[in-house]
Amino acid sequence: MFDTTYHRAASVADAAETAAKADDAAYLSGGQTLLPTMKQRLASPSDLVDLSQIAEMQGISVAGDTVTIGAGTPHADVAGSTDVQNAIPALAALAGNIGDPAVRARGTLGGSIANNDPAADYPAACLGLNATIVTNTRELAAADFFEGLFETALEEGEIVTAVRFPVPSRAAYAKFPNPASRYAMAGVMVAQTGDGVRVAVTGAGNDGVFRHEAMEAALGTNWSADALADVSTDADDMLSDMHGSAEYRAHLVGVMAKRAVESA
Amino acid sequence: MTEGIGARVLRKEDKRFITGKGKYTDDIKMENQAYAAFVRSPHAHAKVTGINADAAKAMPGVEAVLTGPELVADEIGNIICGWAVSSKDGSPMNMGAWSALATDTVRYVGDAVAVVIADSIAEAEAAAEAVEVSYEELPVVVGSVKALADGAPQIHENAPNNMIFDWEIGEEAATDAALAGAAHVTKLDIVNNRLSPNAMEPRAAIATYDEAEEHYTLYTTSQNPHVARLVLSAFYNVAPENKLRVIAPDVGGGFGSKIYIYPEEIVCLWASMKTNRSVKWTSTRAEAFLTDAHGRDHVTTATMGFDAGGKIVGLKVDTKANLGAYMSLFSSATPTYLYATLLSGQYNIENVYCNVKAVYTNTVPVDAYRGAGRPEASYVMERLMETAAREMGMSPADLRLKNFITEFPHQTPVIMAYDSGDFAANQKQAMEAADYAGFEARREEAAKRGKLRGIGFSNYIEACGIAPSAAVGSLGAGVGLWESAEVRVNAVGTIEILTGSHSHGQGHETTFAQVVADRFDLPLDGISVVHGDTDKVQMGMGTYGSRSGAVGMSAIVKALDKVEAKVKKLAAHTLEASEDDIVIEGGAVKVAGTDKQMLWHEVGLAAYLAHNLPEGMEPGLKEGAFYDPTNFTFPAGCYICEVEVDPDTGTTEIVQFVASDDFGTIVNPMIVEGQVHGGIGQGIGQALLEGVVYDDAGQLLSGSYMDYTMPRASDLPSFSVHHQSTVCPGNPMGMKGCGEAGAIGSPPAVINAITDAIGNNDLSMPATPSKVWAAIQAANAATAAE
Ligand SMILES: Cc1cc2nc3c(=O)[nH]c(=O)nc-3n(C[C@H](O)[C@H](O)[C@H](O)COP(=O)(O)OP(=O)(O)OC[C@H]3O[C@@H](n4cnc5c(N)ncnc54)[C@H](O)[C@@H]3O)c2cc1C
Repeated sequence: MFDTTYHRAASVADAAETAAKADDAAYLSGGQTLLPTMKQRLASPSDLVDLSQIAEMQGISVAGDTVTIGAGTPHADVAGSTDVQNAIPALAALAGNIGDPAVRARGTLGGSIANNDPAADYPAACLGLNATIVTNTRELAAADFFEGLFETALEEGEIVTAVRFPVPSRAAYAKFPNPASRYAMAGVMVAQTGDGVRVAVTGAGNDGVFRHEAMEAALGTNWSADALADVSTDADDMLSDMHGSAEYRAHLVGVMAKRAVESA
Repeated sequence: MTEGIGARVLRKEDKRFITGKGKYTDDIKMENQAYAAFVRSPHAHAKVTGINADAAKAMPGVEAVLTGPELVADEIGNIICGWAVSSKDGSPMNMGAWSALATDTVRYVGDAVAVVIADSIAEAEAAAEAVEVSYEELPVVVGSVKALADGAPQIHENAPNNMIFDWEIGEEAATDAALAGAAHVTKLDIVNNRLSPNAMEPRAAIATYDEAEEHYTLYTTSQNPHVARLVLSAFYNVAPENKLRVIAPDVGGGFGSKIYIYPEEIVCLWASMKTNRSVKWTSTRAEAFLTDAHGRDHVTTATMGFDAGGKIVGLKVDTKANLGAYMSLFSSATPTYLYATLLSGQYNIENVYCNVKAVYTNTVPVDAYRGAGRPEASYVMERLMETAAREMGMSPADLRLKNFITEFPHQTPVIMAYDSGDFAANQKQAMEAADYAGFEARREEAAKRGKLRGIGFSNYIEACGIAPSAAVGSLGAGVGLWESAEVRVNAVGTIEILTGSHSHGQGHETTFAQVVADRFDLPLDGISVVHGDTDKVQMGMGTYGSRSGAVGMSAIVKALDKVEAKVKKLAAHTLEASEDDIVIEGGAVKVAGTDKQMLWHEVGLAAYLAHNLPEGMEPGLKEGAFYDPTNFTFPAGCYICEVEVDPDTGTTEIVQFVASDDFGTIVNPMIVEGQVHGGIGQGIGQALLEGVVYDDAGQLLSGSYMDYTMPRASDLPSFSVHHQSTVCPGNPMGMKGCGEAGAIGSPPAVINAITDAIGNNDLSMPATPSKVWAAIQAANAATAAE
């Protein structure tokens, strides 16, 4: 690990200012991705600006048809929140299935979506539930936030402060875990939202999380697993690696989508 | 006697392990200690054309940057393979030079080219990155079959076509003739997947040079510190044995990977002399994946012939064994004498022939890994048996029953002389425990839930306690495979057992003490085990190959015999009785049938006071023994695995796993069950989850737990473990060994069960969901085409 200077930010403004002044700062949330990367000497930020103690980035609130989750909220809190469990059970279940207990205790919603790992679970929740990503400078629709493998619309120094999830009439998430990492090899969020049926797929696509329009169309006319029987997923758009071929992933997307619809 | 042989005594060592008080190599801190960081090749095969360490040497905290040519100049010897295996034409094996730091060529990703010694780990790592190495890349080959092909890149000059040896065992012509006359022939192409050992504690070393005494001390993660000292001294010229102390303190698992002497330990010793500082190195997990000797990696074609009644008439096996870029310490023995000698399995087979070609590739060296050769053999045998039963329309149990060896001793055509066993009894016990009779009903019930249910057998036999020394010597071993022990009864009656075996998870501090407690009817508390330090323990061969029970404990028994004789003689003298009338029980040494006795500690005291000893008796109560076994031991058993496969995803769930093992005498059933659980866990890991993957350029793709699937508790079922033992006639306690059986017996049971479930026999390990799904698709396509 390289030398780095640690700062504990007291507020979002303080964090942005501290980062702007540093040579090459990185925001630290749960550290579940950033710290191992630093230990392996693959990242060497001059300064670490810790967001985890910022009160305004913590916590969960439900107002009307919207669940707002602070970006600094750990996965375990989302999974354990009765508010989330009541309003969007699919989201609580998704959070409760990320990594292991230690990861869930530290890893955060903001860290997860800022990192935008193509196999991470939260991106599917944000895109599938039509969430709004709130940053210190603006608000973005999830569809505009995720831009491919590990790429997001975040500008230099921009901080995700919260995510707003509209409550769907129903939704479910089904995940087929990678046997080694237990990240998603195919994770599918299906939802009936004010905006119609949405299907978001993570883990499988070769360009990160994506909406499955053919499935959305099929489920839009007939919300049932059977409606997906004839919907295929193009293997050309899928990842292929030592854990599974593109064909296998394309197939898994179909199986996970059906299972999600059945349990929604 | 509640703490003697057969008692489920809790492990004495667990208090320190569970409370975090264990003392591992990395916990040891020396004054003036520096840290080593290795500069490793990013290429799988390249010429090293230059090393510029000027910038690195100028960095803060850097003590030295050392390279291969300096190591050679100091006459540090090349790393050797300690077992000479000759080709069938009589020519010796082609061992390529392996310098602890590469001199002119690197041959796998991770090969060490230089080392930085610095005040802190961070400074050492930073400087290691600053060492500029120029490479001229060479063509790369990673698989054994490709490496043998004409025109393949040449890895060592003295090994044409990358062939290390072309070895054989058995009679080829007779086997061919038997197969030609067979009523049924079963042929399989089998890959035994390559595994990364993943001991919980990574390798580590800390070396100290004492300039005044010209003496070295090395703390290291070794399964056999005496062997390490011997090799470091005799072959690597680090120091003469009397000037080198090797200590293996608490060691967190080995599975074979810590038998070998690696470049890093040698370099730490040498660097401690060069820099006059203690030099410490602890492997990172990433380095462990890259540099710990891998296991298995066989490509095999096997053909088994049967007569019309289902009796095996012959077996022919052709194996290519990938040994990686260099020959590790026992790499030659693993795919030959520890593998092909088990190719008679539990069966009466007249004709067995096996050809093994050992091959260099641009991958990390491959050596013994839990089971070492025997899992490869049992996988060949038991996949063949199950496949043959299906092809001939017989029950897999009946086919085996028909072919079991039932009389002992039994000489196989491949060296081994089995001494005992009751294979049918193990199979019967396993079938009953698994409710084999009820399987079809369970299969139907599962089908209603949309699941494919299957069942598979594996009737393994293995060989432990490699022996006797003269025999292994005649087969090429560079060491004797005996064990030593010393039993030291102190003046107050407490006892220390010094053993050349090494415990790195096996629980010797408990089981070895139980043997002594049993013999003298004493409480365990007063008995301690000393191991792992060449200055304390006379000599020893260490722990691997499930040898510590059969060989290590036998040495203790021999020493106990001598102690007992002396105790009886002394007590008879003191109590004025005949030696034949002396009995040792209840903490006392008594004259049978009288009330005359000495308390146990009084005997110890009398021996050391030496005021009244029998004529000619030396003072003291301490006896040593070396035990050289007369034969291997042959643990065997029957494993039955039952699975449910989800056809939509290819996911396999193990719904039942039954083991019936014959381990001979069992000292501590709890510890034995733990060994079986761990072994089966590793075997299921190999069958379902684990696999090392290199790409064509020799880059390790499975280099972290993100991609290398270690078994987790949730991947494993609750095991149903049973024993059905015959006593081993070959050693004083009748022990066979239990450390590897689980890993040896389980993989074929798992694959037999899955292939039974999915109706496609063409499935390789690890049977990941994606592979199983693809096999189901292939089976469906084949059915559709019919
Ligand atoms: C063993 C293990 C298993 C895992 N399994 C899963 C899994 O199954 N599914 C899954 O989805 N994830 C998984 N994860 C990922 C984990 O859940 C975290 O979501 C992830 O590591 C990032 O979150 P973090 O809070 O730790 O972020 P950090 O590691 O602190 O930061 C990650 C990146 O995001 C940036 N960042 C952090 N917070 C913000 C912010 N508020 N605004 C802008 N940028 C920010 C950082 O600068 C850094 O670049 C796993 C991780 C581990 C270690």
